[in-house]
Amino acid sequence: MSAQPILRLANVESRYGPITAIRGISLDLMPGQIVTVLGANGAGKTSILKTISGVLDPLTGTIEFEGQKIQSMEPDKIVRLGISHVPEGREVFPFLSVRDNLRMGAYIQKDKKKIASDIEKMFDYFPVLRERQDQIAGQLSGGQQQMLAISRALMARPKVLLLDEPSLGLSPLLVKEIFTIIRRLNAEEGVAILLVEQNARMALETAHYGYVLEVGRVVMHDSCANLIQSDQIQEFYLGHGQAHAK
Amino acid sequence: MLDFIQQVIGGVALGCVYGLIALGFVLIYKATEVVNFAQGEIMMLGAFLSFTFIATLGLNYWLAFLLCVICMAILGSLMERLVVRPILGYPQFSIVMATIGLGLVIRSLVGIIWGTDDLRIETPFTNGVVKLGGLVIAEDSLSIIVATALLCALLYAFFRFTRVGIAMQATSQNMLAAYYMGIPVKRMFSLIWSLSAIVACCAGILLAPITFIHANLGFLGIKAFPAAVLGGFGSIPGALAGGITIGIVESLSGFYLPEGFKDVAAYVVLLAVLLWRPQGLFGSNAMKKV
Repeated sequence: MSAQPILRLANVESRYGPITAIRGISLDLMPGQIVTVLGANGAGKTSILKTISGVLDPLTGTIEFEGQKIQSMEPDKIVRLGISHVPEGREVFPFLSVRDNLRMGAYIQKDKKKIASDIEKMFDYFPVLRERQDQIAGQLSGGQQQMLAISRALMARPKVLLLDEPSLGLSPLLVKEIFTIIRRLNAEEGVAILLVEQNARMALETAHYGYVLEVGRVVMHDSCANLIQSDQIQEFYLGHGQAHAK
Repeated sequence: MLDFIQQVIGGVALGCVYGLIALGFVLIYKATEVVNFAQGEIMMLGAFLSFTFIATLGLNYWLAFLLCVICMAILGSLMERLVVRPILGYPQFSIVMATIGLGLVIRSLVGIIWGTDDLRIETPFTNGVVKLGGLVIAEDSLSIIVATALLCALLYAFFRFTRVGIAMQATSQNMLAAYYMGIPVKRMFSLIWSLSAIVACCAGILLAPITFIHANLGFLGIKAFPAAVLGGFGSIPGALAGGITIGIVESLSGFYLPEGFKDVAAYVVLLAVLLWRPQGLFGSNAMKKV
């Protein structure tokens, strides 16, 4: 692992209007690594991703991508630099065909041959999308939409993929399938992944390093192997404690 | 019977103009959820520009048409940039008021620049007629229908096959996701305004030969509004169908009914259709429960 993080957040603070969503977050993502951010609803996980992709402007702090400061840049510039965002709840384009959704993912790409071969590659990862390529995305099931959202983001050939709750609303079996593919994408394409997830077990088994978020602050960070062993994580996030704190 | 067909054709031609203005409403509304009440005035501006190019400068009709379209495309995106973008994100009400204001400004500017007299332009179609059996159709009317069909085919191809066209659809379907794809959303808004101004400008130039060009031409926008609603606000084929329906109704009621009915006929039809299909002719069934 090289010593330079590909993405580094330092003391980032963001707000939604009067509400402070994240307070002084610092976080490193190394090239080729999967890093997960754990936390309950409203802990600020999604806000971190939105701040990175430029939809939310941070009040203070710096975000560096490959050594370049990117905070407060326009979202489309950030995508061009190589950061793609798979939003929570999929957010596919409901009335465009699956194929056109993928084409939009490659909006910043000009080379038509590359786009066509990338679409084929995505169809190899998610064969069900090939079968449904001419259907409009709104007709896909939740799991298929998630697959479409992930492959749409990969069409931009990102160096960093921001994944927001990929397991949301999916059956346990589908969650397993999605996470298997996330691991494959990381290993085969070498894309670094920042994964925000409520399904702590899945996330810890998939990621290399984890941050635990509580009301907008990082309260703990360690390698996932260590986090899984930690009593606190066992009790609050994996539900193995004797004292059920809920 | 011949009278009837004659009236229907005249109605279709006028309806195409309504439809094009309504199309301008719908394009902007679909992409940005803003209702641009200046659409009629933008159409009028297109007509006045054509007067300057054709009558004052004496340019060839087709060249003048092209120049008008280019000018209006630039003006359209300027209007978005200067009037709408600064207040984007504020309540709908402010934006609606801003577009109404924009319409008033255009109307008075037109009065200042071109005066308040009725103006006319000559086109290659002026005074020409096509005889079909017993039917006598003015070439002006025919040119409107043909040009509208062409323009719609072009728009369809643009939205269906070009990268920018699909990106515009994507932006209107899910703005946040469009941001995440690296689609320059704000530039898309400018482009939509350009496109909508182009469509309105075509409507204005096509309309100019069959009516006079004057500073109240913009009020036609008020007639195009029911056309857009009738079609199901937000539906592109609906806007055209709505426009043509209203054009035909107006034309027929002007011919067969006593004086005065013509002006309200469009609204009577609109109310009747909305009672039967509140979502409009082509609107989707999606309904907000509360």
